Amino acid sequence: MGSNMAECHPVAYRWPMRAKMNGATLIHVDPRFTRTSATCDIHAPIRAGSDIAFLGGLINHVLASDRWNREPFFREYVATYTNAATLIGEEFEDTEDLDGVFSGLMEYRDEGVWDYDAFLGEYDDRSWQYAGRSESPDYSVGRPAETIMSGEVDSDGGFEAMLRAGRPPAPMTDPTLEHPRTVFQLVKRHFSRYTPEMVERVTGCPREKFLAVADAILENSGPDRTTAFAYAVAWTQHTNGVQTIGCCALLQLLLGNFGRPGGGIMALRGHAAIQGSTDVPTLYHSIHGYMSAPSVRKPHETLRSYLAEETPASGYWANKPKFLVSYLKSMYGDAATPENDFGWDWHPKILGDHSHMATFSAMADGKVEGMFCVGQNPATSLNATVEREGLRKLKWLVVKDNWLTETATYWYAAPEVESGEVGAEDIETEVFFFPSTQIAEYDGSFTNTQRMLQWHYKAKDPPGDCRTDTWFYHQLAKRLKAMYADSLLPRDQGIRNLTWDFDPDEPISPPGEPSAEKMLREINGYHTGAPDRHLTGFAELAADGSTTCASWIYCGCYPSPHENLTANRSPDPPGVPGAHLGWGWAWPANRRVLYNRASADPSGRPWSERKRWVWWDESEGRWVGYDVPDFALTKAPGAAADPGGIGLDALSGTDPFIMMSDGKGWLYVAKGLADGPLPTHYEPAESPVRNPIYAGQQSSPVFKFWRRGEADNALASVGDPRYPHVITTYRLTEHYLAGAMSRWLPWLSELQPELFIELGTELAAEKGIDSLDMVRISTPRGSIRARALVTDRIGAMMIDGRRIHHVGMPWHWGWMGLVRGDVVNTLTALVGDPNVSIHEGKAFVCEVEKA
Amino acid sequence: MSVTRREFLRVSTGAGTATALGGLVGLGANLGPARARAQELRIRDTTTVPSICPFCSVGCATLIHVKDGEIVNIEGDPRSPHNAGTLCPKGAAIYQLHYNPNRPTKVLHREPGAREWEEWDLERAMDRVAELFGETRDDTFIEMLPDGKRAMCTTSVFALGGATLDNEFNHIAQKLMRGMGVVPIENQARI
Amino acid sequence: MAEAMGFFTDTTICIGCKACEVACKSWNQLPARDGGAPQLTGLSYDNTAKLDGIHWRHVAFIEQFDQPYDGRWLMMSDVCKHCVQAGCLEVCPTGAIIRTEFDTVVIQSDVCNGCRACIAACPFGVIDVNPVAGTAQKCTLCYDRISEGLEPACSKACPTDSIQFGTVAELRERARGRVRQLHADGQEDAYLYGADPDGPLGGLNAFFLLVDDPHVYGLPREPELPSARLAGSSFFGAVGAAVLAILGVVGLRKRRMDELASEPAVPAEGEP
Repeated sequence: MGSNMAECHPVAYRWPMRAKMNGATLIHVDPRFTRTSATCDIHAPIRAGSDIAFLGGLINHVLASDRWNREPFFREYVATYTNAATLIGEEFEDTEDLDGVFSGLMEYRDEGVWDYDAFLGEYDDRSWQYAGRSESPDYSVGRPAETIMSGEVDSDGGFEAMLRAGRPPAPMTDPTLEHPRTVFQLVKRHFSRYTPEMVERVTGCPREKFLAVADAILENSGPDRTTAFAYAVAWTQHTNGVQTIGCCALLQLLLGNFGRPGGGIMALRGHAAIQGSTDVPTLYHSIHGYMSAPSVRKPHETLRSYLAEETPASGYWANKPKFLVSYLKSMYGDAATPENDFGWDWHPKILGDHSHMATFSAMADGKVEGMFCVGQNPATSLNATVEREGLRKLKWLVVKDNWLTETATYWYAAPEVESGEVGAEDIETEVFFFPSTQIAEYDGSFTNTQRMLQWHYKAKDPPGDCRTDTWFYHQLAKRLKAMYADSLLPRDQGIRNLTWDFDPDEPISPPGEPSAEKMLREINGYHTGAPDRHLTGFAELAADGSTTCASWIYCGCYPSPHENLTANRSPDPPGVPGAHLGWGWAWPANRRVLYNRASADPSGRPWSERKRWVWWDESEGRWVGYDVPDFALTKAPGAAADPGGIGLDALSGTDPFIMMSDGKGWLYVAKGLADGPLPTHYEPAESPVRNPIYAGQQSSPVFKFWRRGEADNALASVGDPRYPHVITTYRLTEHYLAGAMSRWLPWLSELQPELFIELGTELAAEKGIDSLDMVRISTPRGSIRARALVTDRIGAMMIDGRRIHHVGMPWHWGWMGLVRGDVVNTLTALVGDPNVSIHEGKAFVCEVEKA
Repeated sequence: MSVTRREFLRVSTGAGTATALGGLVGLGANLGPARARAQELRIRDTTTVPSICPFCSVGCATLIHVKDGEIVNIEGDPRSPHNAGTLCPKGAAIYQLHYNPNRPTKVLHREPGAREWEEWDLERAMDRVAELFGETRDDTFIEMLPDGKRAMCTTSVFALGGATLDNEFNHIAQKLMRGMGVVPIENQARI
Repeated sequence: MAEAMGFFTDTTICIGCKACEVACKSWNQLPARDGGAPQLTGLSYDNTAKLDGIHWRHVAFIEQFDQPYDGRWLMMSDVCKHCVQAGCLEVCPTGAIIRTEFDTVVIQSDVCNGCRACIAACPFGVIDVNPVAGTAQKCTLCYDRISEGLEPACSKACPTDSIQFGTVAELRERARGRVRQLHADGQEDAYLYGADPDGPLGGLNAFFLLVDDPHVYGLPREPELPSARLAGSSFFGAVGAAVLAILGVVGLRKRRMDELASEPAVPAEGEP
């Protein structure tokens, strides 16, 4: 679901196809009949944007089924490994009680600090908490604020004492799962209206197809079978994308499909290093290893207050002080000392939402002066008209790329310049283009979608002025370091003290290239002052400044100067279970299946011989298996939690989800989400129908909408007859992203030479459109032209009693390249998910007419 | 499990690139079983460099065959547990990323209001970029909010990109930006 | 002669990714049509449309739907069949087309004079002139690679192993097993095309597992040799004078091929 794996990850799809040959059932739930659907056993068509209704239906079906209630495995897994038994406070009110919203909904509290947060509304999540915790001033972890701040400084920076003092009481539970305030009962009630009939009404998927899917998933889960879900951006690019993935997680927890081989939820990510660029975050909201970026909007004034706010006392995250201090050491080196809070004051704090859409919105308002654009192509991104309006207002723009992208050329070749609407001479931007190296021309590592780092080696020198992208920032940094070297201004101390030690020991050609190994060394970490003593794992990290490590999760990938484990290429021999621990290096600690303690039953034995993965070896007194155990290695299954302990000590031998503060998989998310503790079907920001599930709430009450007036980011109202059709956007196998890496390659461009729109035979007949006709596609944001591909692989669906046509467009085209076409993102809107600010590119509405 | 012929062949691709051609001769026109004219195997006597496909996130391993400093062939690494030597059409086209008449190799600069690019020297361009970045950052820096909270940031420079690039790039890009106080840092993971 | 080598293309596991098309182009350094910017064909997701001198693999897409969302989308990677009795070889006046020690059919570009006889003679429409080389070209079954014990580029790249390479004998065995499996799973329309040594053209060394009539995939039901069509006026109508001029040799070559077919295979040195 939410992925077109055969087309977008064809090589990974090798393995589902192989599983199919071995008897596995493949299911594709998607608005289109794609190359994935063509090879699946079942294709269940659903309307774009209705995934939660479908998943909610599966949850309801599972909980009501005979199999789930009869097979002891499910109840044991759920009662022991999830928070199903936890009691939720009486204050919590569900969407069932409040006609589509949760308790705590209020107007967005604009603090006047930053204008681009764009929330429609906001939740106060205090009422969502575990019973007995919502009254505490610091309700998140149940500890009084003054206690947190009073810890005496000890050898560990005083942070342990701080956490110990603030340890929350254990959650109240009912292991029978009968109590009406248990998470389990709340979940059951919440999803009770997602009947097969309702699923059909909302999604358009025929009831029989839905039931076929539900039965297949249920039959293929249990002690000796597992079901896996694969998703991609068709789940994330929604105003409730995070909840969609959460809904699947909830289902998979109920089915016991986490931590076990062949189970889980696989995020099929889009780019070679997109996992890496999230781990090593070129993202505004986080610093290395999934720590929150310091923010003026949270109590982050000091290192200590940040850690007090951000560190749970129990679970592995209790080690965050070690991760953060080691990170600060990697930033500021010797200048970072306990006395100056390791340079905390130099580190920038975010003001609010600085994400892609927020920043382009600010840019279009003239509030951004300069931009570095490296290997990305925003001139064809979301609501492209607004993005280019922003580009035109820049004072300077640097494009570092392998190709002359649309972003490099917007000032002379964009449609508005070509048409004369905007004159090139009126664009006051100074533009730079720096040509880049291709993959075979430099060393480095990518992190793939399995969290695996893989090293690639340079095979040849680059031509002309082509340089690596690291060369660019390396050379820029050297200039800036020199510029600020003597400054005594407080604002300049961050750059002045920034360590920058990437010059190679032996010269690399062409001159000036930095050493990729030295960068990886800094990411991996080493003992302070001894760069040759690499850290071998995050257990070595300390909070006193004795270790430096940019990314705690990558710690161990480069354990000695002679062992770059990311370059490992030793696969397992044929015929073994195949964790392939000698191929590449996967974070954390080279584990391949996360939370794999759940592959054994509470007593530590494999749930079944067929699904054996990691288990407790009584004679050795440790966890063993095919993978690196994701658990305290010698903590016995029967070990009790230490009521006074912190970190992993606070968890028992049957708490597999060690990153969670209670060690449980969360069916119900009390803390951390902006839009509710349970997933609920909401209509996309633009929809042809009223929400059939909750008449009182059409869309997410808290999604993000960058209002830019009617002119450039308008939304169609519900059921707007001017935009009657649902449209979705997607990729093709033959192209890549905005096309820079494919539309210049004759071998690829000839395979899909023109932009097209796929539309059903019925709509085509209605509109008098034949295949290859030019058609015009319009939304309130703009209109474009494309050739028609008339097909029965997409068509009309019955949604809540109405026939709704569905159309779809690949979005790879632009005005540069060997093959050119209109920019599909002219059609999309700046609306996004409230948790992660990802846009809604997968479900909106349009009109289609013969051009 | 026995090693099938197919597996043998796949493995031999990785290991046997320098096998001698062994007496191939062109027999010319002949209706009987014949050997085609000796076609020099392009990857004969090449150096094999392990690499990774730069397109999607699957992380297919590749082998790059290099001769005299130039790439003569790129194909899947048969040892990889992910791709087992296979590739998709994009992965199979990596060669054309490198050797392509459309590939730009010069630094280009456009003056404000200009209608044309101008070729610039690399060092000159870098100096100018550093100057502009420094100016913008200094002009727009927010040390403190009106309420006295320390912000130490600028929101007026946008650093975009990273998902198609190496971990090492992402590390130094975000490090430099955070060192300079730039907070709008984004990549394709968002969109 | 070495063992006959060939392809088994199992269309039931083809995902239509076209890796075979590009891997072939990359290995053989073939150009794209119209500089890489041809027009959309409207033939589903197929924009290369057919095999020719610069497309030695071609993936066909066939949409079969009764109503929206209710049907199937067949995909098939087509290639030169490396016929045991090869029409192209039969008509080639220069001897550029040869049968190799792997029982594959290869056009030697440096001997080809571009007369186009083979183009008309191929019952599958496999061959055409490569405009860059000016000679007739088609799949060589990666003669240069298999001579060195390497797998052909297309089958090596194929992510799902829809294209399999091996000895024809082994492939036939495997293919028959696959058909049995599909039949057991209820897919009774699965059958092999070209795997029968007693069938048309003495069997195809590149054969296919199909689930519909050959015509659906653009394959002839009864492929014939040019010699078998000598009496047919359509052949003369379809081919130009250049072909007429070389027909005299066809009968001779045909006899020679028949003789060869009955000769015992000669073990070749350096068998991979």
